[in-house]
Amino acid sequence: MTPDPLPHSDLVRKRQRSRALVLALILGAFVILVFAISIAKIKAGMPH
Amino acid sequence: MTTTAFPTTTLPAGAGDFFALTKPRVMRSVVFTALCGMLAAPVQLPFTLAFTAILAIALAAGSAGALNQWYESDIDALMKRTAKRPLPAGKMERETALQFGVALGVFSVLLMGLAIGLIAAGLLAVSILFYVLVYTVGLKRRTPQNIVIGGAAGAFPPLIGWVAATGSLSTLPLLMFAIIFLWTPPHSWALALLIRDDYAKGGVPMLPVVASAATTRWQMLFYAVLMAAAAVAPWPLGLAGATYGLIATLTSLVFVGLTAWVVVQRAETTPAMKAERVLFVYSIGYILAIFATLAFDRLTA
Repeated sequence: MTPDPLPHSDLVRKRQRSRALVLALILGAFVILVFAISIAKIKAGMPH
Repeated sequence: MTTTAFPTTTLPAGAGDFFALTKPRVMRSVVFTALCGMLAAPVQLPFTLAFTAILAIALAAGSAGALNQWYESDIDALMKRTAKRPLPAGKMERETALQFGVALGVFSVLLMGLAIGLIAAGLLAVSILFYVLVYTVGLKRRTPQNIVIGGAAGAFPPLIGWVAATGSLSTLPLLMFAIIFLWTPPHSWALALLIRDDYAKGGVPMLPVVASAATTRWQMLFYAVLMAAAAVAPWPLGLAGATYGLIATLTSLVFVGLTAWVVVQRAETTPAMKAERVLFVYSIGYILAIFATLAFDRLTA
């Protein structure tokens, strides 16, 4: 027996939630990356 | 661009659809050649900056891929090879693809500017604009020389990798640019000969669609010979060592030989086109081998 498919609105919410999660992770990674770039440039004596 | 009715999108596009929009396979080869350009440079960047530069190049390639799919969704819907992409398959709104492509492109250029500098960021912006405006919008639907001129777009990554590391240009990165630029016609036309009907259905004037297979095959040989000369050139010019020189010479001779084998073919239908198939597969391995060997040779010099 196959499980009942999710109602359409639930599917939409699920997609929106997963997109929001991916975006949050990307933004978090960006913050860490900018910090790491600043440190690397300071260490290398490059203008920042 | 013509208007084509796609299946109606009812669900927001998922992460996988956005990933598919970036043409991940193209992105992989872009990252590889950019990395080789960076490793071949005489200056080595700190790891974080090198990683960021490669990330920016990958994102720029993704942006160009997304904008290309946005503009070409009508053609993609008509071709078997591309009909399952997110836009023709109705998995994503066109507007979403446009916004994603533009945002990714702007972000990649800003990231490159922040981490590396203005020259590398400027080159990255030019590479995106060249692929989207010159190749996709300007050439692809208009001329059978589309991939000859458009091939420059794919040749930018090693150049940008080198510039990111050194801040300037010299002979070797220009030769790396020339190798990919001259490799693109025989590589792309081998595929175009195999899927000529698909291109014809999409109305794309690839050379085998508008000219005979024989004309295409001779032009492939012309570019293959020039490409071989460009690939071997770093050795006599003293820009690479004997290891690279020997491997480049041997693999380029095989490339030209396979293209010559294509030239003597008379087959007009895909199932009989064994030589074209072999050349297409070999050309992918060839470009990876040439760039990997060059980077290795320079690193160990």
